[in-house]
Amino acid sequence: MQRIPVKPVPALVREAAVGPGPGRRGEEVAGAVMAAPAALLLLAFLITPFLLAFVMSFTNQRLVSPNPTSYVGTRNFVQLLTVRPFVMTPLTDPETGATLRDDAGAPVYPVLRDITRRNPDYPQYDGLRELNSWQFGERRLYLLASDVVFMRAFGNTLLFVLVVAPTQATLALLLALMINQRLRGVNVFRTIYFMPVVISIVVVSLLWRFIYSPSGLLNSMLTGLTFGAFTPIDWLGNPNTALGAIMAMSIWQAVGFHMVIWLSGLQTIPGVLYEAASVEGASTLQKFQHVTWPGLRNTAVLILVVITMQAFALFAQIDVMTRGGPRDATQSIVFQAVQRGFERQDIAGGSAISVVLFLLVLSVSLLQRYLTRERAR
Amino acid sequence: MSAGLVRGRNVRYAVAWRYVLLIAVALVFVFPVVFMLVSSLKPDLQLLRDTGSLRAFLPVGDISLDNYAAAFRRAPIGRFVYNSLLVTGLTVVFGLFLNSLAGFAFAKLRWRGRSVVLAVVIATLIVPFETIAVPLLMMVNTLPWLGPDGLTIGWLNSYRVQIVPFIADALSIFLFVQFFKDLPDEIIEAARIDGATWWQVYLRVIVPLSGPVFATAAILKFLAMYNMYLWPLMVAQGERYRPVMVGLQYFFQLNVAWGEVMAYLSLITVPVLVFYLLLQRAFVESIAASGVKG
Repeated sequence: MQRIPVKPVPALVREAAVGPGPGRRGEEVAGAVMAAPAALLLLAFLITPFLLAFVMSFTNQRLVSPNPTSYVGTRNFVQLLTVRPFVMTPLTDPETGATLRDDAGAPVYPVLRDITRRNPDYPQYDGLRELNSWQFGERRLYLLASDVVFMRAFGNTLLFVLVVAPTQATLALLLALMINQRLRGVNVFRTIYFMPVVISIVVVSLLWRFIYSPSGLLNSMLTGLTFGAFTPIDWLGNPNTALGAIMAMSIWQAVGFHMVIWLSGLQTIPGVLYEAASVEGASTLQKFQHVTWPGLRNTAVLILVVITMQAFALFAQIDVMTRGGPRDATQSIVFQAVQRGFERQDIAGGSAISVVLFLLVLSVSLLQRYLTRERAR
Repeated sequence: MSAGLVRGRNVRYAVAWRYVLLIAVALVFVFPVVFMLVSSLKPDLQLLRDTGSLRAFLPVGDISLDNYAAAFRRAPIGRFVYNSLLVTGLTVVFGLFLNSLAGFAFAKLRWRGRSVVLAVVIATLIVPFETIAVPLLMMVNTLPWLGPDGLTIGWLNSYRVQIVPFIADALSIFLFVQFFKDLPDEIIEAARIDGATWWQVYLRVIVPLSGPVFATAAILKFLAMYNMYLWPLMVAQGERYRPVMVGLQYFFQLNVAWGEVMAYLSLITVPVLVFYLLLQRAFVESIAASGVKG
């Protein structure tokens, strides 16, 4: 089916419009030349290292090394990602088949190390270490990993994302609703809530390191509020509280950012809809449910994705506050990538971690695409 | 009539409660900053003792600028600030120029490959810098540079390693494309009829009309560059090229003098805060604009 031009002259008009000189051909050249500097810089300093990460992750590249780089296949990834369950049963008497028990009657188990160290019967567990274990009756379920520290980093990062993304999005929405009221001076509060966003995360992390210290502000405040009933906690030194403390601080720092995005979403909802709802006698909650929330759906997807991407990149807080400790309770994927790629100069290992991180981020981004496509129908 | 009065009083109570809530939340966001500023004026002993009470937030007791003087003695702060401003300033300026030029080419000019290149640029938005930092480090370590000392290999410990990789960025290009697309084609065609070259169209027609988007891109880039931490940590080991965030390490050797730390943190944060408070509307709108990414 051929398209019939509505006006037969545009080409001529266009020719006249581009004025003297080479015309269309000039536009071709000018466009390519103007886009080239930025495009080439992106190619050189973003796309190239990105592709390099993939290439390096299949090699044994180091930052400075006397040995030539060679291809090692998927070894780096196998080393990072190998996790195997292992069910350990108590030792049995070879003659009677009965479970061996110690003097107290508790079953006797083999030593884990004997299984994971060059045991010809269990080649698949060779070199693995304990990540976690659970007791089921007389059986013991072990989760063994070849890189326990990375697996902890992986788990912590996922936990960080799963807690921070919904919490921060919700708090940011609450703040946005508070700011979206018609009250005198409300913009002053918007300015204040947003303020931590412009402060460097490094500065924020150092301040909070002080706030979280055993004799720090948080403990003094809690002690004061409970009239001394509260026992001070070393928030960052305790494996049970360290990651939570970092989550709380991260939310504090970034929530204003997402508040502003929610606000711009809120302001796209026409006021007429609220007036109509009021005429119908809708309560505040009903208005939120039937007017505000449906109007915010796309903003919600966007915010969750932005927060998730930022949360996956968790690094500065860890580097400044805990350096992965105590007992690997705050290891993160990026922190591990930097530890290996930079501090231990193991470019290949660091690149492999980067690739894993990128695949995680990519899957979130594809999920967002999928969710928004559903909506567009 | 009395019903109306009661209603009026209830409304006033409701409004008062809203303010109470707003202020309570504001305190949560302000207290670490107040603590930082106040603590920077106190000697270490008093600083630590005061954290046990509300005095932590009040400039009381032995107040002086001694910590600032000590901080300047401990570290070449002037150098760090100069480095940060130089790196941030040059990146913002070059970035605004090249990214807006590219944005113009993508939004208003027709050339072969335009949509493919633009799609690739936009796709790079989902690559977090953290995932390319390690291979980029290896790459810049082998890059040549022609400088006053002739041809040298390796970009580590230099300004260029902190500037050049960050000039072009997909977010800025995206913001410029979005803004330029909404400018009417007629003004460009009018300028072309008058004999303007494409370069003149960019310089004399597009740029003067695009103040807001330049402000947005400048603010976002300024914040990202000034607060950058991971990259300078990796590439600027020598004191000479360190920016302020990495300069912090000077204050964490052996005994940490918290008063000096607070003074240093205040020094590097207050200018940004002042800048923010002066331009807060532009800042907030910049973030809202960046929110369309994704």
